[in-house]
Amino acid sequence: MAASPAYGEEKGGSSSLGEPEYGHDPASGGIFSSDYKRHDDLKEMLDSNKDSLKLEAMKRIVAMIARGKNASDLFPAVVKNVACKNIEVKKLVYVYLVRYAEEQQDLALLSISTFQRGLKDPNQLIRASALRVLSSIRVPIIVPIMMLAIKEAASDMSPYVRKTAAHAIPKLYSLDSDQKDQLIEVIEKLLADKTTLVAGSVVMAFEEVCPERIDLIHKNYRKLCNLLIDVEEWGQVVIINMLTRYARTQFLSPNQNESLLEENTEKAFYGSEEEDAKDAKAEAASLAKRKPYVMDPDHRLLLRNTKPLLQSRNAAVVMAVAQLYFHLAPKAEVGVIAKALVRLLRSHSEVQYVVLQNVATMSIKRRGMFEPYLKSFYIRSTDPTQIKILKLEVLTNLANETNISTILREFQTYIRSMDKDFVAATIQAIGRCATNIGKVRDTCLNGLVQLLSNRDELVVAESVVVIKKLLQMQPAQHSEIIKHMAKLTDNIQVPMARASILWLIGEYCEHVPKIAPDVLRKMAKSFTNEEDIVKLQVINLAAKLYLTNSKQSKLLTQYVLNLAKYDQNYDIRDRARFIRQLIVPTEKSGALNKYAKKLFLAQKPAPILESSFKDRDHFQLGSLSHLLNAKAVGYQELPDWPDEAPDPSVRNVEVPEWTKCTSREKRKEKVEKPFYSDSEGESGPTESADSEPESGSEEHSSSSSSGSSSSDTEEEEEEEDSREQSEDKEEEEEEEEKRPKRKDKDGSRKAVSGSAGSPSEEEEEEEGAKKGKKKAPQGRKGHAETSSEEASTSESSSSGSDSGSEAEAKQRKPPSSKASSKEISLLDLDDFTPPPPQPIPSSSIISTSLVTDLEGLTLTDTSLTPTLLSPAFSAVKTYELLHRMAGEGLAVEYCFSRRPFPGDPHMVAVQIQISNNTDTEVKNLRVNEPKPLSGMRIQEFPEIERLAPGDTASVVMGIDFCDSTQAANFQLCTHTRQFYVSIQPPVGELMAPVFMSENEFKKEQGKLMGMSEITEKLMLPEKCQSDHTIVQQVTSAANVGRVPCGASNEYRFAAKTVTSGSLVLITLERREGSTAQLTINSEKMVIGTMLVKDIIQALAQ
Amino acid sequence: MIHSLFLINCSGDIFLEKHWKSVVSQSVCDYFFEAQEKAIDVENVPPVISTPHHYLISIYRDKIFFVSVIQTEVPPLFVIEFLHRVADTFQDYFGECSETAIKDNVVIVYELLEEMLDNGFPLATESNILKELIKPPTILRSVVNSITGSSNVGDTLPTGQLSNIPWRRAGVKYTNNEAYFDVIEEIDAIIDKSGSTVFAEIQGVIDSCIKLSGMPDLSLSFMNPRLLDDVSFHPCIRFKRWESERVLSFIPPDGNFRLISYRVSSQNLVAIPVYVKHMISFKENTSSGRFDVTIGPKQNMGKTVEGVVMTVHMPKAVLNMNLTATQGSYTFDPVTKVLTWDVGKITPQKLPNLKGIVNLQSGAPKPEENPSLNIQFKIQQLAISGLKVNRLDMYGEKYKPFKGSSFVSDGEQEPKSLSSQNFT
Repeated sequence: MAASPAYGEEKGGSSSLGEPEYGHDPASGGIFSSDYKRHDDLKEMLDSNKDSLKLEAMKRIVAMIARGKNASDLFPAVVKNVACKNIEVKKLVYVYLVRYAEEQQDLALLSISTFQRGLKDPNQLIRASALRVLSSIRVPIIVPIMMLAIKEAASDMSPYVRKTAAHAIPKLYSLDSDQKDQLIEVIEKLLADKTTLVAGSVVMAFEEVCPERIDLIHKNYRKLCNLLIDVEEWGQVVIINMLTRYARTQFLSPNQNESLLEENTEKAFYGSEEEDAKDAKAEAASLAKRKPYVMDPDHRLLLRNTKPLLQSRNAAVVMAVAQLYFHLAPKAEVGVIAKALVRLLRSHSEVQYVVLQNVATMSIKRRGMFEPYLKSFYIRSTDPTQIKILKLEVLTNLANETNISTILREFQTYIRSMDKDFVAATIQAIGRCATNIGKVRDTCLNGLVQLLSNRDELVVAESVVVIKKLLQMQPAQHSEIIKHMAKLTDNIQVPMARASILWLIGEYCEHVPKIAPDVLRKMAKSFTNEEDIVKLQVINLAAKLYLTNSKQSKLLTQYVLNLAKYDQNYDIRDRARFIRQLIVPTEKSGALNKYAKKLFLAQKPAPILESSFKDRDHFQLGSLSHLLNAKAVGYQELPDWPDEAPDPSVRNVEVPEWTKCTSREKRKEKVEKPFYSDSEGESGPTESADSEPESGSEEHSSSSSSGSSSSDTEEEEEEEDSREQSEDKEEEEEEEEKRPKRKDKDGSRKAVSGSAGSPSEEEEEEEGAKKGKKKAPQGRKGHAETSSEEASTSESSSSGSDSGSEAEAKQRKPPSSKASSKEISLLDLDDFTPPPPQPIPSSSIISTSLVTDLEGLTLTDTSLTPTLLSPAFSAVKTYELLHRMAGEGLAVEYCFSRRPFPGDPHMVAVQIQISNNTDTEVKNLRVNEPKPLSGMRIQEFPEIERLAPGDTASVVMGIDFCDSTQAANFQLCTHTRQFYVSIQPPVGELMAPVFMSENEFKKEQGKLMGMSEITEKLMLPEKCQSDHTIVQQVTSAANVGRVPCGASNEYRFAAKTVTSGSLVLITLERREGSTAQLTINSEKMVIGTMLVKDIIQALAQ
Repeated sequence: MIHSLFLINCSGDIFLEKHWKSVVSQSVCDYFFEAQEKAIDVENVPPVISTPHHYLISIYRDKIFFVSVIQTEVPPLFVIEFLHRVADTFQDYFGECSETAIKDNVVIVYELLEEMLDNGFPLATESNILKELIKPPTILRSVVNSITGSSNVGDTLPTGQLSNIPWRRAGVKYTNNEAYFDVIEEIDAIIDKSGSTVFAEIQGVIDSCIKLSGMPDLSLSFMNPRLLDDVSFHPCIRFKRWESERVLSFIPPDGNFRLISYRVSSQNLVAIPVYVKHMISFKENTSSGRFDVTIGPKQNMGKTVEGVVMTVHMPKAVLNMNLTATQGSYTFDPVTKVLTWDVGKITPQKLPNLKGIVNLQSGAPKPEENPSLNIQFKIQQLAISGLKVNRLDMYGEKYKPFKGSSFVSDGEQEPKSLSSQNFT
C-alpha cells in the first residue's frame, strides 16, 4: 500500500500538467504519452519475477479500475500473470480480467486454458473459482467451452461447485440466449439437487432463464418448501418469490368461499361502490359454485414452512414471506405478518420506505391487520419527509369510525410541523378521512376552515383545495364556507388555491348570488397578472355567471373574454374563443348555444379522494414494479388463481424407498419436521438426479434410532452433533416416512421414549391399533348410536380414556377421524397434529371390563366354534371410511370380511357399505385414482350407477396391502364430488387362517426359531382365564385359525400372510397363576412384533 | 440482479465503482444527482429511482451514498439489505465506513465486493467467511506484510462456504474461552406537551461477542422470556426450540454479532426514566424569546442516567441563542437551527438546566409552535424492560468440564439501555 499515495500524486501531477497542455481532447496523444509512460513502469513491475512487485502493480491497477480510470492497455501484461502462483496476484488478475475481457476478446482467450485446467483440479474450491471466472468473461467465442464446463460442474460431486454452476447459468444465458434449451436441461437437473447450498442459486438461475417453465418446479416443489428454512437468506428471498407465483398457478384461492357477510360489513362503510360491485360479482360467482374449499396440503405446506422466516433478521426475507402470505394465505391467517412488518419499521430509513409502501397497499385491502399497530405508524419529528408522508398514507388507510378521533388529534399536531410538504400531505389526508368517514366530515371541514386563517399560505392553499373537494359533496349546506373562501381571493396567492376558489364560486354561484359577480369583477381587474391555471378558471367563472346572471355580469364577461383573446398562452386563447361561441348567441353559433347551460352547469360528480396505493396489489408486493407502480423489465406477472385446481399429483415424487406411503401421508409427515436442521430439511422428496456417492454408501444405514420428528430437544442436539451425517439421518427420515401412523402425537411420544429401533415403534403403533379394534366389536352393538359421531374428530388422538359408553362411539369415530380429520387438520392451526389415520384409542383400559363383557355376549355363538379355516367366524368390525358429515350425507363404512377375495388370493377383501343419507340420488359411485404405493394393488369395486336417498349399498373391493399396515389411499367419487379416503388394515387382517396339524405346527415352528421368534410374557386378567375367552380374543385380534393342541394349557393358532404367504404361528402357554407366555414365530418380524402387541392388548382386556 | 455499484460522497464525487456484469457508464449517476438536488436533504433522496434503462437503488450510510444499478425486476429490499450488509462489512473491516477508509483500502474493498456478489447475486455475506478469504487489515499485519511480502488474501480456502453452518468458521481456537452478551434496549416514546406518553415501546438487541473454541452449542435462557413480544433472529438460532421452550439455542458465529433483536410489547407500561420541564416562549414584537429547560430523572431503580444529550430543531426564524447551562455544554448551529445540549450525567441533587434568550430574525413572524425536544440518554446496568438472563449452557465441546463453568459465570450481561425520547 505504501506506493499507492505516491501513485496518486504522480497521477495528480500528470493530469494537472496534462490538462492545460493537451487541452480539450482527452484522446490526444499527449495524455496518452503520459499514460503510456505511467503504465510503462507498471508493465515493468508486472513483468518482473518478484511477486511483491507484481502485487504492487496489480494493486495500483485495481485502484485505477475502482476509480473508473481506463487501464485496458495493460491487458497483455496483466493476462500473462493469470497463472501466477501468488494467490492475491491471481485474484487481482481475475478482477482485471473480468473487467476488461469484454473489450479485449482476443487477448482474453489467452487465459482460457488456465481456467480449463482449473476446472479439473481435485480441490473443489479451485474448480469452483475457475468456473466462476471463466463464466464471468463475457467473450462469445467461449460459449461452447462455458456450456461444457457448466454441464460438467452441474454433476460435480461438490455442492459448492454445483452452486457455482448454477450461478454461471444466467451469465451464459445473458451472453448467448440461444443456449436456452441446453441451459434449461442443466437447470432441471440442478433443481433436483437436494442440498441447501444449491437451491437458492438454481432458483435464481431459473428465474432469469426460464421463469415461464413452471412445470420444472412441480417435482421439486415439496423439496424446496422443506429446504427453505436452511437455505441462505438471499436464496430464500428468491425461492419464496418464485413459489408465490407457482402457488398462484397451482392452487385454488383460499378466500373464494369467504362469506359474503363478512366481506360486506367491512366494505359497506368505506369501500367504494365500484369495489363492492366487483366483489359482489365475484361472490355471486363463487356462490354459484359453492364447493367447500379444501386447501391443498401442498399449499398449506408452503404457508407453514415459510412462517418461521418472518423471524429472519433479513428484511428482504421478511418482506418476501409477508408478500407470500398476503397473496396466498386465507384471510384469517394473513394477520401474522403485521407484527413482523411493523418490526421492520425500526430498521434503516430505506427499509422503512419500502416496507411502508407495501404496508400502504396492504392496509387498503386488509385494514384490520394493521389496526392494532396504529401507534407504530405515528410520525416522529425526526423521520425524513418521504417516510412521514408514507406513514400518513398508512394512517389514513387505517382510519375508521372507532379510531378516527385519535387519528385526527394526531393529524392536528402534524399540521403544526415545520415541514411544509408534510403539512400539505396531512391536510390532504384529513380530506380523505373526511370523505371516507361520513361521521367526521363536518368536524374535518370545520377544522380545515379554521386552517384558512393560518398564517402559512401553503397551509391555506392546501386547505382550500381540499375544502373544494369536500364541498363538492354537499354544497348546499355550506354557502357560508364558500363566502368565507371568496373573501380569501384578496389575500391568497397560491395559484392552485385561487383556481379552486374561483371554480367553487362559479360552480355554486346560485348559493352566493351577490358575491360571485363581485369576485369576477376583482379578478377581471387582475386578470393579466394571474397564472394560467387561474386565468382559465376566471374564464369559467365568467361563463357560468353569464349563463346564470347575465344582467350583472355580461360586460364583465365580455371584458374577460377580450383579455383572454389576446393572452400569450394559446390554451387560454382557445378557451376564450370556444366559450364565446358557446355562450354568446350569434347567428353562427347554431344549436350548441341552447345547450350551453346544460354543458356548464351540469351536476359534476364529486371527486373520489382515494389512496394512490389502491389497486397496486396487482403487482406482486415487495417487487420493484410494485414500488414504482409500473412494470419493471423482467417482471413476472402474478397470475390469478385458477378456477379449477390443476392436478395436484404432478408434485408427487416417486422414489422407491418411499413407496409405502402415499403422497398425502408424506406431506403430513414432512409438515412436522423440526426447524433448523439440514438433515431434516433435506429429507424432502429426494429424488436427486445425481445421487451423491456418499449418500449411496450410507444407503444401508439401518432404520435405527428414534429420530422422531416431534421429539424436540434431544433430537436436535443430536442433529447438531451429526450435521455431517445428514445423509445418514436422511435415511432414517425416509424410514420414518414409511410409517404414516407416526402422526399421532401420542404415538410419536411413545416412539421417542421407547428405546429405539423401528420394530419397537411399530409395536407401539400396533398396540394402538389393537386397542381400537378391541372396542370395535362391542361398539358395533351400539351401532344405532350415531349421535356421538359429531363429537369431534380429533378425539381419537386424545385417547378416549373413559367409559364404555364412549367406547361405543369409538366404533364410528376412528375411521371418521381418518376421513374427515385430514381436511380439518389441514385447515387448522399449525400445532394441530392430525389424528392418526388408524383408530388408536390408546389407553382405554378403564373401559375394558365393560367392553369385554359385552364382547362376550355378542360373540358367544360364533366363538364357540373356534375351528379352523373359518374365515367368516369372527366378529366383523366396521370402520368408518367416510363420515356422513365429511361426505356431505354420504356415509361409507368398511369392514374386513375375512373372506378370501374372489379373483385374487393375495388381496384382502374389504367390504364397503355405502349409505346415502342425502335427499338426492347419488350417481356414479366409484373408486378413482387409486394411488397405491409400490406393490400395493387395489381392485376397485364395480361402479354403483345410482344410490337412492336413504338406500345402502354394499360392495367388496380387494386390496393387496403387501403385508404392511400402510394405508391404501384412493378417491371415492360421486357424480359431483370426490373424497379422499384411506383404508388402513390392522395387522391381524393381513393374514388368512391355515389348517395345520400339531406336528406340522411343531415342525414349522422349529424352522422359525431365533430371529423369527418373539416371546412375550403377559398376565391374563381374571376374565380371560377361560379357554373360550382366550381363543375368542385371539381370533378377534387376528384372522388366524386354531391348531389342535395336546396340552390343555396351550393354545396354538396358525395363519399365512395374505400376500407373501409367510406362516405366522402363535402359541399361547398358560403358566401358573395368571401368567402366560405368548410366542409368535414368523419370518415377517415386523408383523410378528405388531401382532404380539395386538394380542397382548386383546388379552389384557 | 445487482449490476454495478457506485460509491458517492456528499459532495457528489464518485469515488469507487464496481461492475459485476458489463460496465455501466458513470453517467447513469446523473439521474441520481438530479434526484438528490430535488430532495430537501440527504435523507429524502428516494431510495429507488427509475431511469430510462436502469433502476437505481441507493442507501445513505455514514455520509456515503451506495448507489446500485439494477436492470431487471428485483425485490428492492433485497438490494437495500445487501447494500447495508456491504456497509456493515466495511465497518467490520476498517472500523469505520468512511470515504477515507474505503479509499485507503481500495484493494481490499474491491476484493470484498468481488467475493460478496457473483454476477449480481450475493455469494458470501457472512463476515466469518469473508474474513477467511480476505483478512482484515491491521497495523501489525501491514508491517509484517511489507517485510515478508505476504498478503491479506488468505491462502487457505474458505471452508466455511462449504459447511452447513456458514456463519462459523472451522478450527477456532482460543486460550481464554469467553462469551459476552450485551443487552441494549432503547425506549422510543412520543410524549405530548402535557407530559403524558402518547406512544412508547422498547426495542432491544442482544449483541454477543463469542470467543469459544471448536463448535460450541450454546443455549441461553431468560428468566422472563414472555416479555419478548416480537423477535428476529440471527440465522444460527434454532427457531423450533424458541417456539417450544423459549430458549435460544445456537451454534454461535465467531466474534461479534447480533444474536437477536426484539420488541417488548407496548402493552406493558413503559416507565420513562427522565422527565423534562420546559418553558419556551416567543414574544410577539420584540423579536426575542425565552428558553428554559430542565431535565430530571424519574424512578430508575437507583441507576444513574448518563450520556444525556438533548437536541432541538428550532424554528427557522431563530437567529441565535444566548443560553447558560448549569451543566454540560451546548451548541447552536445557526445554519441548520439545531440546538444540541450535551448534559452528561444527571445527579438528582442538582438538576441540569439550560436557560436564556432566543434571538429571532427581526420582522419575521413569531414562530407559532414550540419545537420538539429530542432527548437521548443511557442507563448502565439496567435493562429497562426488566429482561433478565437466566443461564447459559454449552454443549458439544470437549473443554466443557474445564472451562464451561468459567464462562457460565462469565456469561456476563452488560445491560445498558440506550434510549431516546421524543417530546413533541
